[in-house]
Amino acid sequence: MATETPAAQTPGKKVNRIRLDVQAYRGGKSTLCAGCGHNAISERIVEACFEMDVDPQRVIKLSGIGCSSKSPAYFLGAAHGFNAVHGRMAAVATGAVLANQHLVAIGVSGDGDTGAIGAGHFVHLMRRNVPMIYIVENNGCYGLTKGQMSPTADLGSKLKNGVVSDLPPIDLCALAIQLGASFVARSFSGDKRQLASLLKAAMAHRGTVLLDVISPCVTFNDHEGSTKSYAYVKAHDDPLGEVLFVPYFDDIVVDYEPGTTEVVTLHDGSRVYLKKIADGYNPKDKLAALALLDETARKGEFATGLLYVDPDRTSFTDLLNLVDTPLSLLPEDVLRPSREALDQIMERLR
Amino acid sequence: MSPESAIQETPAAAAAQEMVNDFSIQVATVNGSGSQTANLVLVRSLFQMGIPVSGKNLFPSNIAGLPTWYTIRANRRGYVARKKEIDLLVAMNPETAKEDVLALSAGAVVIYDEPLKLQDLRGDLIFYPVPFDKLVAPVCPDAKLRRLVRNVIYDGVLSKLLGIEMSELEAALGKQLGKKSKAVALNQAALKAGYDFADTNLPKRDRFRAERMNATQGKILIEGNAAVAIGAMMAGVTVVTWYPITPSSTVCETLIEYMKQYRLDKASGKATFAIVQAEDELASIGMALGAGWAGARSMTATSGPGISLMAELTGLGYYSEVPAVIIDVQRLGPSTGLPTRTAQGDILSTAVLSHGDTRHIMLIPNSVDECYKLTMAAFDLAERFQTPVFVMSDLDLGMNTWVADVLQYPDKPLNRGKRLDAGTLARLGEWGRYVDVDGDGIAYRSVPGDGMPTYFNRGSGHNSRGQYSERADDYTNTVDRLARKFETARQWVPAETVDVEPEARIAVIAYGSTHWAVEEARDQLRQEAGVKTSYLRLRAYPFTAEVGRFIDGHARVYVVEQNRDAQMLGLLKLDLTAEQVGRLRSVRYYTGLPIDARSVSDAVLAQERE
Ligand SMILES: Cc1ncc(C[n+]2csc(CCOP(=O)(O)OP(=O)(O)O)c2C)c(N)n1
Ligand code: SF4
Repeated sequence: MATETPAAQTPGKKVNRIRLDVQAYRGGKSTLCAGCGHNAISERIVEACFEMDVDPQRVIKLSGIGCSSKSPAYFLGAAHGFNAVHGRMAAVATGAVLANQHLVAIGVSGDGDTGAIGAGHFVHLMRRNVPMIYIVENNGCYGLTKGQMSPTADLGSKLKNGVVSDLPPIDLCALAIQLGASFVARSFSGDKRQLASLLKAAMAHRGTVLLDVISPCVTFNDHEGSTKSYAYVKAHDDPLGEVLFVPYFDDIVVDYEPGTTEVVTLHDGSRVYLKKIADGYNPKDKLAALALLDETARKGEFATGLLYVDPDRTSFTDLLNLVDTPLSLLPEDVLRPSREALDQIMERLR
Repeated sequence: MSPESAIQETPAAAAAQEMVNDFSIQVATVNGSGSQTANLVLVRSLFQMGIPVSGKNLFPSNIAGLPTWYTIRANRRGYVARKKEIDLLVAMNPETAKEDVLALSAGAVVIYDEPLKLQDLRGDLIFYPVPFDKLVAPVCPDAKLRRLVRNVIYDGVLSKLLGIEMSELEAALGKQLGKKSKAVALNQAALKAGYDFADTNLPKRDRFRAERMNATQGKILIEGNAAVAIGAMMAGVTVVTWYPITPSSTVCETLIEYMKQYRLDKASGKATFAIVQAEDELASIGMALGAGWAGARSMTATSGPGISLMAELTGLGYYSEVPAVIIDVQRLGPSTGLPTRTAQGDILSTAVLSHGDTRHIMLIPNSVDECYKLTMAAFDLAERFQTPVFVMSDLDLGMNTWVADVLQYPDKPLNRGKRLDAGTLARLGEWGRYVDVDGDGIAYRSVPGDGMPTYFNRGSGHNSRGQYSERADDYTNTVDRLARKFETARQWVPAETVDVEPEARIAVIAYGSTHWAVEEARDQLRQEAGVKTSYLRLRAYPFTAEVGRFIDGHARVYVVEQNRDAQMLGLLKLDLTAEQVGRLRSVRYYTGLPIDARSVSDAVLAQERE
């Protein structure tokens, strides 16, 4: 439950350096569909925070609105959370980080939340390099409002109702790199190893981390070439498109080597092509990163891995040259200038 | 003077009846022609001579080229509202000169640029032609700079004609231009040129005169937005987020200057604040709420169009109980409306801003002093009530120059509201984010990083422990508690000011900058029509119970406001009985110009005669 301090460790359970077991990093029970990629991401966040010895009380989790944005309720129950409004998480997170730059801020958003209604804030978060981890749980559709088109949907991909995406997708990673995010990575929700290591690296980074995670929506993810295997759901669909039945699916799990391409068949029969960047890849080369994204996109593949990193870029809070004490904890004698200061201002206005 | 001669008053005869420290000046120029310095120097000189004065900029939404007017009112009794009648017109703008002259009342004075040849337009005015170009050429050899110093010449002319002391004008110029010594020298030469010209060529034929008095000693000259900025700084604001919009921009621009001077850590030179120019108003309120939730004192400043954009997040702030201060410097709507004209047009929409059932605390300053004090109060209230709090200023207050008492150092410590700490936690035994322990609707909150128990802030349905819930009773319990909290706020917001006139059957309710016209209008009603009025000035929403009692004591109550739809009257209706509502009358003014006393007194008398 969210209002409690971390559970004391159970005897015999493995604990980390701050003496918490993995249970202390879990949250409420997920209400997302079984098999939804978002659940797997929550799991990885739990593990990564556990392994990185992150104190849950120092974490703030923020989100917008969407199935994805619900997920902060499902990890780190002992952390403070802020479920904002649709598309506005970046702004809320910026304010929170300014109030206390020592917190570990983890934001979770959807592709609609980020790429559509929240695009304006997303752009500026990246540009400012606000120190936080911004995770996009990217399923190419709107889950929570039942399957509409999202701005990351591939050109030509189809919705359940037959609507075809006739616009090119927004590549959030390419956008983030161009805008100045200092850590940009892409992964797949089922790639436990890669996602976990990217999350751990993200936690060590100071600046904006964009982590775009392909995260299939088992209920509405109806990409090109799918349909058939969804026969059961379709047959039970009423004419208004209400979901009468959500089938139970197991999580999709993949594991493949750097430099290789993996074809993942989703529950609905559609396929994604994941290309893991090779070992020799230099993530500090901005142009190479953009070229890779462009090249893989042309081939209908997603490049995964740490695409770009600039460890030297000054974060927004450093840029603002804030005092070390969090602004939120400054005492009154610092907050309110002296009587002499006011006198001085008044003198100038006489 | 005999009663007869008063009846056959002519301009010449009027000249005999001196008007000392009671006149209005209107300067008509072209936007961007650099008249602001000349106008502020005039205001400051009168102020330095101890004369109550106000300066109002009536400017177009334009950078350069359109007509603009600056009105200065000097009044020994201290009336500072805009005066409808112009006593002295300084006509510098060829485009509007004719129209401006035709609009004057008999006996007014016109100081004009000679080539405009205005003297034949009317026979009932006093004309003083001034050859500005001829005068400026010798004092300012650099032709490019002439445009800038040309205006100061009318200051010199007015100095001679009205008797505004040259030494005060010079001092004011120095204050205005600061260390720019070359500019000071040029302007002083122009000032003298105007004075000398008037001295030799313009024998005084009008009746207006300025005379040193003692009504401004120890006072300051300040704009409302600067007072808000100082209030915010003294309230300990640490996160300021904003998006430029007239007339609110100078709140944050001024704040940036002050914070850089007074809120840097002495030892390290590091900032104890963060000021961010956001990408839009959605972001500014989002950041302000994020910071407020995380425990910082946060604010944003905007105007009507920005308020509209903030609607959704304000609703979240209200429902999930996050503090933030929002300064609304109101202007005419819609977006873009008339962005440089004043109004009180966001009252109703702000009171209930957002979806669902919402009610917001609004504080409504009437003066620069209250801009300062109520801004400080807003931060305390936002944290005490854990909710967005609005300060409803307007363009007239915010961007115009006012004489005010020195702003006093706050006499109370910051009120950070019900913040959970170890002691409180021990006392409570058990903590739930939204548990109404004290019965006032206000729960205890923790903030990230304070080591206290955590919670999940959400706009979705929740129970008193902050857990997700779609249960009917949890929802109603939450919103009923929020209503209770709003009731509690009635005792904590700044109360109305009340001036009950014995035996007065009629009364006036007003708020904000309208106050100044109402004060003067009450005097007009008493002196000219023998009508006594009581007066209640609203300073906040929610109202206190005093409002109802006040209305009960009067037969008719005029609610005066600067909007078309009687917005405050609408809000009052929600709180009053049908009987009380029946006593209310409405006086509305919505031209975009600051309301004047005559418009109020005429409207009241007209309705009284109905
Ligand atoms: C202002 C506003 N507009 C629309 C909605 C409805 N809405 C809720 S979630 C959502 C889309 C979510 O899609 P995405 O961000 O891709 O997340 P997913 O559910 O797919 O994880 C929309 C449009 C809303 N809540 N608020
Ligand atoms: S609708 Fe899609 S995105 Fe939402 S929970 Fe179900 S599977 Fe996940």
